[in-house]
Amino acid sequence: MTELILLRHRQIPDLNQLAVYRQHGGFEAFQKAVTSMNPYDVTDQVKNSGLRGRGGAGFPTGLKWTFIDYENWPHYVVANADESEPGTFKDREIMEGNPFQFLEGVALAAFAIEAKEAYIYLRGEFWQIAEVLDRQIAELEAAGLLGENLFDTDYSLRIYTHLGAGAYICGEETALLESMEGKLGQPRLRPPFPPSYGLYGKPTVVNNVETLTNVPYIISRGADWYTSIGTEKSTGPKVFSLSGRVNKPGNYELPLGTTFRELIFEHGGGIPEGKEIKAIMAAGASSSLIVANEEALDTPMDYESVPNVGGALGSASVIVIDESVSIDWVLRKTLHFFSHESCGKCTPCREGTFWMRHIIDRIHDGKADWSDVELLNEVALQIQGKCLCALGEFSIEAVTSGIERFEADFRVKAVSSGE
Amino acid sequence: MIAEKYAAEIKTILAKYPSDQKRSAVMPLLYLAMRDGGYVTKGEMIEIGEILDITPTEVASLIGFYTLYYDQPEGTIRIQVCNDLPCALRGADEFLDKLCENLGIQVGETTPDGSVTVEAVMCLAACDKAPMFQVQTSEGLAYHEEQTLSSALEVIEAMRKPDTPS
Repeated sequence: MTELILLRHRQIPDLNQLAVYRQHGGFEAFQKAVTSMNPYDVTDQVKNSGLRGRGGAGFPTGLKWTFIDYENWPHYVVANADESEPGTFKDREIMEGNPFQFLEGVALAAFAIEAKEAYIYLRGEFWQIAEVLDRQIAELEAAGLLGENLFDTDYSLRIYTHLGAGAYICGEETALLESMEGKLGQPRLRPPFPPSYGLYGKPTVVNNVETLTNVPYIISRGADWYTSIGTEKSTGPKVFSLSGRVNKPGNYELPLGTTFRELIFEHGGGIPEGKEIKAIMAAGASSSLIVANEEALDTPMDYESVPNVGGALGSASVIVIDESVSIDWVLRKTLHFFSHESCGKCTPCREGTFWMRHIIDRIHDGKADWSDVELLNEVALQIQGKCLCALGEFSIEAVTSGIERFEADFRVKAVSSGE
Repeated sequence: MIAEKYAAEIKTILAKYPSDQKRSAVMPLLYLAMRDGGYVTKGEMIEIGEILDITPTEVASLIGFYTLYYDQPEGTIRIQVCNDLPCALRGADEFLDKLCENLGIQVGETTPDGSVTVEAVMCLAACDKAPMFQVQTSEGLAYHEEQTLSSALEVIEAMRKPDTPS
């Protein structure tokens, strides 16, 4: 059996108990870092590991940490546990099953950027997880693994949870920071980026839960070990959230570079009722629609390869669509989502998602002609590149790719006035 | 008034944030206010504003922005069914329709006895276990996954009669 790194709880029972986690080497990496490493050595290891942000952007994690402004104090680490992308359910499993490895990752990130306070921003729906994390943080303080003067050094660290209240936009890092400050969760104009102007205007690193959960292994086993997993440019393991029309939906931890075919047909057990696969969304609802032909199925799921078939890896939330599903229905679902979740700050996104929703409803209900499909595409293109954050951009991915690549589905629907 | 009733908890919450950034506590305080009756009253908005030195209007705007806060009493049990794309690919729309039909309400409505509100909500990060819903009460939130109509009705019945062993 292949050793799991992130979903380790599937192989080690009761790993969510601190004693069990410590029996399996837990908090040795953190102790090693605090007692024998310089903070920049920790950052260097993470940089050399090639770890890239698992929340969707794929930005090199170690590099992000080097951007921290050392002229401005204090520093903060904020763990992004707002997991809200339709099709993504990996951080939830990590926090429930392997919480201490995540918390150790938060602690290591904090040590690396010399932060004495770290926050975990969880989506409000993860209320029960936050309660458990609060108890686990208290256990760590009681065990001397968090708190003042750790391991008899002058390094001190506190971790706190903070609950959101149901807003997809708060997964965007600057909106998340605004929300943490007690304001509406709306993105900030960048630059400045959070490592120079973050929480309370202080240098802040915002990292996804899965990203941070990799860090203890990188420190204990080294960057060379880590780079032996995955591909040359997309290193390490990844949790792929597989959903939609597959026999065995769920989280699968596999090396980056695993093909869509292996994930969907070997691990996911293929398509129910012997149907044909039609399309793949590789990054949740924010994805373009990849035509699921042989070439796409044989494409490795890494940051470099997925764009070759007209998609992006993003958070690796793979939604499978079979031949019985019409793409106009898919767009109707994603556009209802994005128009509900648009925060309202940027006009192209706020108005654009609203109008796209109305047009797709008309198309789906068979009350539109082909000019409406063209109008939908036009509205989408007017949003492109005109918003402060990626939400507007995400909302059009499925629209433009869906109309271009699955035109026949729209031809069938757009018939009301004979075209 | 929450200031007296939850004095100790408010103190713990405020201690999480820098003393000059207490506005950060507005979201946790709104959750406290929701504990009684499942919604935030005008008086509580004013009170939260006073505790944190922000205006009641600012507090109200947050209630409007974030979907888990309410300023109106509705059903004491909110059944929130996810029918986003991945869940819908696994039958969430049909599940939601059947559930509402069985309770004799439309999506977004409350049962005549005022106990149950059924809502369609956005992704809850449980896409592989659809159909699923979360239950929001003044006690907090709980997930119910891999649901059928009958299992969902059992959950609802058990909550309507909390003294019946479930």
